[in-house]
Amino acid sequence: MPPGSWRGTVPMADRTIRLRVNGKTGEGVAEPRVTLLDFLRDTLRLTGTHMGCEHGICGACTVLFDGAPVRSCLIFAVQAEGHDITTVEGLADAAGDLSVLQDCFWETHALQCGYCTPGMLIAAQALLRRNNDPDDSEIRDAISGNLCRCTGYGQIVEAIRLAADRLNQRSRPGNAS
Amino acid sequence: MKAAAFDYTRPRDLPDLLRQLAGSTDAKIIAGGQSLVPMMAMRLVRPALLVDINDVQDLQTIALEDDGVVIGACTRQADAEKSDIVREHLPLLAAALPFVGHDQTRNRGTVGGSLAHADPSAEIVLVATALQAELTLARSSGTRISSARDFLAAPMTTTLDEDECLIAIRFPRWTEAGRLGIGFHEVSPRAGDFAVVAVAAQLLIDQAGICRRAAVAVANAAPMPIRLTTVEAALLDTAVDRKSAREAAALADDLLDPPSDLHASAAGRRHMARTLIERAILDAAGLVAGHGSHG
Repeated sequence: MPPGSWRGTVPMADRTIRLRVNGKTGEGVAEPRVTLLDFLRDTLRLTGTHMGCEHGICGACTVLFDGAPVRSCLIFAVQAEGHDITTVEGLADAAGDLSVLQDCFWETHALQCGYCTPGMLIAAQALLRRNNDPDDSEIRDAISGNLCRCTGYGQIVEAIRLAADRLNQRSRPGNAS
Repeated sequence: MKAAAFDYTRPRDLPDLLRQLAGSTDAKIIAGGQSLVPMMAMRLVRPALLVDINDVQDLQTIALEDDGVVIGACTRQADAEKSDIVREHLPLLAAALPFVGHDQTRNRGTVGGSLAHADPSAEIVLVATALQAELTLARSSGTRISSARDFLAAPMTTTLDEDECLIAIRFPRWTEAGRLGIGFHEVSPRAGDFAVVAVAAQLLIDQAGICRRAAVAVANAAPMPIRLTTVEAALLDTAVDRKSAREAAALADDLLDPPSDLHASAAGRRHMARTLIERAILDAAGLVAGHGSHG
């Protein structure tokens, strides 16, 4: 039977999907049409990654895919087989801790409702990894794919700037902590 | 919004990919998926089979040749943007890539995927049109070369057959003596949004200051991106200055057939096109236009 005639009548076979999430092996079963976003949230129960628009506009679902920020609603889980994913749960060293960046978001009130925050944090984390001293326009560029409807973005830019300063201070000789 | 059910295959190499395409019905190739997945989520597209080309390493290369740069179709936009070969030898594409979506989409989206999607406002489609790129299309029985112009048949429509895959894009290099200048400008509501109007220009200016080659193209001022042949002709064999740039830009008007939508009226797009063409020519001629790159 040609594949076209199955459509809408027979569900596609489930796949076993194995990937690395936040340094650990994550494994689950899903149809090919399940997005990486739904797989992370529903199958692996990592609900820190937020679902916003589901068509690549809002950036709330941003995760690191092999170290690069991507929208997890625009990748099918089956495509992530064997790849390395970092979600917001993987930013701090231990559960309950905050990373320097997360601390700075808290300190500068860089969130109100918090819906966009996981995506903002991942996008900012990716920026700080490749550029330890970004200026405001570079920060704005890095978060330009992430919508926030509360803050007006000012405090988010401030938080990322503060995190860059703190991380630089910490890595300076004599300031080990 | 969830995609309809589909079957999935991830060929390991090019022969495997072409074999699977030849043996499938109602298959769709997925590269970066940055346009395809939203269309599937909205159920505008419901392929029975998704053929994922992300593991085909041969499609992720950037090669410098004597008179061109050949980019594998599944090369990430972010990788092309970072490529020294692209920066040095394809400065027009390098200038356009930062306008393509956002970091998060360029890390996944591909150069070939943008062309195969054929969105009329896409920057990569515009540059391929301006530079007259050549596309290599492969099927199990052989390959053929298509010009960008022939390939890009209409908005969201290409001449790619069902059993074919776009495998590489060859952007010509202009290697004649002289200074190569480029200009890229677009108007968009916000950084990373689809262009309301975009313009790409590339000029080769000889030692005497005379323009010896010219490519000027515009997106979203006609159904598909078009080369502005009358503008190019007006610049050729002249010393480009501010006055002649303005006069040449005005010649575009007869070639334009802009759409009207909620972002801009047809008349507004004509105005933007003329202004951006002038700025892009000034940039390419080394006469700084004095405006931000976002138009």
